[in-house]
Amino acid sequence: MTRYSDLYDIAVVGGGNAALCAAITAAEAGARVIILEGAPLPYRGGNSRHTRNFRCMHRGPMSPLTGAYEEDEYFNDLMLVTKGKTDEHLARMTIRTSEECLPWMQDHGVRFQPSLSGTLSLSRTNAFFLGGGKALVNAYYNTAADLGVTIVYEAQVRHVHREGQAITHLDVEIAEAPPVTIRARAFVLASGGFQADLDWLARAWGPSARNFLIRGTPYNRGVVLKDMLDQGADSVGDPTQCHAVAIDGRAPKYDGGIVTRLDCVPFSIVVNRDGQRFYDEGEDTWPKRYAIWGRLVAAQPDQVGYALIDAKSIDLFMPSVFPPIVADTIPELAAKMGLDPAAVQTTVSAFNAACRPGTFHPTELDGMATEGLDIQKTNWARPLDTPPYYGYQLRPGVTFTYLGLKVSDSAQVHTPDGPITNLWAAGEIMAGSILGQGYLAGFGMTIGTVFGRIAGKEAAAHVA
Amino acid sequence: MSLDFAATTPLTATEEARRQIEICNACRYCEGFCSVFPAMTRSKAFADGDLTHLSNLCHNCRGCHYACQYTAPHEFDLNIPAALAEVRQDSWERLARPQALARMFHERGVAMAGLLVVALTLFFALIAAARPTGGEGFYAYMAHNMMIAIFIPAFVAPLALIGLSLRDYWREVGGGRVRLRHLAKAGDMAGRMKNLNGGHGDGCNFEDGDRFSQKRRIAHQLMMWGFLACFAATSSGTILHYVFGWYAPYPLWAPPKLLGVPGGIAMVAGAIGLAALKLRADPDLGARRVWGGEMAFIVLLGAVAATGLALYAATGTGAVGPLLAVHLATVMTLFLLMPFSKMIHGFFRFTALVAEAGKLEKTR
Repeated sequence: MTRYSDLYDIAVVGGGNAALCAAITAAEAGARVIILEGAPLPYRGGNSRHTRNFRCMHRGPMSPLTGAYEEDEYFNDLMLVTKGKTDEHLARMTIRTSEECLPWMQDHGVRFQPSLSGTLSLSRTNAFFLGGGKALVNAYYNTAADLGVTIVYEAQVRHVHREGQAITHLDVEIAEAPPVTIRARAFVLASGGFQADLDWLARAWGPSARNFLIRGTPYNRGVVLKDMLDQGADSVGDPTQCHAVAIDGRAPKYDGGIVTRLDCVPFSIVVNRDGQRFYDEGEDTWPKRYAIWGRLVAAQPDQVGYALIDAKSIDLFMPSVFPPIVADTIPELAAKMGLDPAAVQTTVSAFNAACRPGTFHPTELDGMATEGLDIQKTNWARPLDTPPYYGYQLRPGVTFTYLGLKVSDSAQVHTPDGPITNLWAAGEIMAGSILGQGYLAGFGMTIGTVFGRIAGKEAAAHVA
Repeated sequence: MSLDFAATTPLTATEEARRQIEICNACRYCEGFCSVFPAMTRSKAFADGDLTHLSNLCHNCRGCHYACQYTAPHEFDLNIPAALAEVRQDSWERLARPQALARMFHERGVAMAGLLVVALTLFFALIAAARPTGGEGFYAYMAHNMMIAIFIPAFVAPLALIGLSLRDYWREVGGGRVRLRHLAKAGDMAGRMKNLNGGHGDGCNFEDGDRFSQKRRIAHQLMMWGFLACFAATSSGTILHYVFGWYAPYPLWAPPKLLGVPGGIAMVAGAIGLAALKLRADPDLGARRVWGGEMAFIVLLGAVAATGLALYAATGTGAVGPLLAVHLATVMTLFLLMPFSKMIHGFFRFTALVAEAGKLEKTR
């Protein structure tokens, strides 16, 4: 392993968007950079490979974005989802900096989609990557390679050696070989959260977390995050919380990504294992509610839910990757899904009887509400009366965790004794500094890009 | 709990493509790359004809594959370029008549070489046995009327077979009424090979992994425009001969040479480029079993052009006779194999683009 015996200027831990932005920025400033990506090449890029867009402030039309999306509107959108749990200074800095990121991304190989015909209409606020996040990751790896950055895959950083207020070197297992020492003069940690470590999730959330599905990479196990927290680095974010959405219960345990999404809830009734409804399925439009359903399903017995719809609604949402369970009667559907047919029939009959006539409108709050139920459905409530009937199983799908390293606006990692002089952090590992709860589509990539570039610039200035 | 994708019996090409496209259609990240994805998003379920249509819209630019989060080792194991290549290849062979000839020539470069040998023998024999008493240039070796008598049927009969295949294709994919604007749109798409520009204009993925490049697009267009120029050169010669009574050999400024020489050079350059790129590209992202047949086809096209140029260069020397035989043999092989070789891709892809232009209008 002599080839890693050199002293690098900067070692970047992680291989997703934030890591790549840091490495590219530092290499362009003249630094000798090594990227230590924990995943093997086909899975490189962390959760970035599952992403799709970048939320970007802009004061006027800026290709591929339309209209304007100013700082205050962006910030208000963020405050709505985080319910005020956000650091205003860091958040506003991130939002303001996002505007200069977009052309930077294009200059470094990222290609954007001109317009989008799908169900999401976000062409004003979010710039979509042509080909998605993996295409972005590929482009950045090519750019980094062209800049002479050393890229090592299957490089699991086990320990970050801290001496006083400085980092000296890393212990790294490369392709499961015995650890090697990698020395550098400055370090950037961009190795993600801990959501793929089910034991950690179970300790934080409770044993039911073992039934959660992990939507993204299996490589975000929080090894470096834990190592830094054990060494007294300042932390931020609720350690017991993770961001989870309701996804198709048949999704793979890890890495199911976008195709496991299920958009049918507003047009369905959702029952639990016992055949009982547990929340208003029509509270708001799906883009505003999908994020709470992970938590709702997580709170049900066995962490599972069942969305039931009828033939009237089957074409109203994006197809899931898994075909629905189909039956000609509600009891038959319940039996096929492993539910008590009588209990489900009772729930459906009571729901059907509580529906009232009205004008159904699938894309806006139509006010078609039930009357007289303990748990009402306040929009899109139509009786399930048109066979065939369809059913989807729902499970919580974890997207990311909130616990992270607390950083300053220069992305520097701190301890109670002050900043660590040669250590910066970017991406999901520090996103808790800005996102206290909730999530805003495309904001993760914004944090990663903004802080990755800051970390790369600061680290390069440190070694210059 | 996860859905078991492992089938008990191997899936057919169409079934495998359906499995993959249904996953694809739940993601749609690749929407901007090419014509396939906007066409895909019109459907939730995919009939066999839909898959035939999507597969012929696919130009194998591979952008979607390198961008895909679900390629192997992921359990979804997507390889859309290969899955669609298999369906596309299958459609060319299934809709050809006779199918047996298509299966043989698509897969085996050796079969193509065998046919070439037969054609060579024929033309050497003809030149030896039926050499005319008069005539100028290469007509001193073979009479114009004999060439016409041989090549008109060798050209028209394969075209008629292709016409029948395309009619079947149109029925299978549910093509609507053809309008002039559909043809114009398809012509524009093919003329600029927009489906190999990656959607962003930086080209496709082929010879250099996930990096984009224009090389394949350029090589293909050199070949395509070169071929069309050579075809126009030959046609113009026929018109000059019969309509204007102006016989070959033609001066450099006359249409047969003006079109034929640059066209031939472009074809040779295109063939060298396409062959070199094909050697560097990942064969697993295409229909693997026809790799040899495809390569042989590129070589054949290059040979048609190179022998044509050589024939021109040899004007007035003793090499004209043998070169004429070789050139005519390559052209004959190309013509006869139009329905049964990679040559058919041009006809199917153009038809798919015309059908898609119509389908797009219907959904608007």
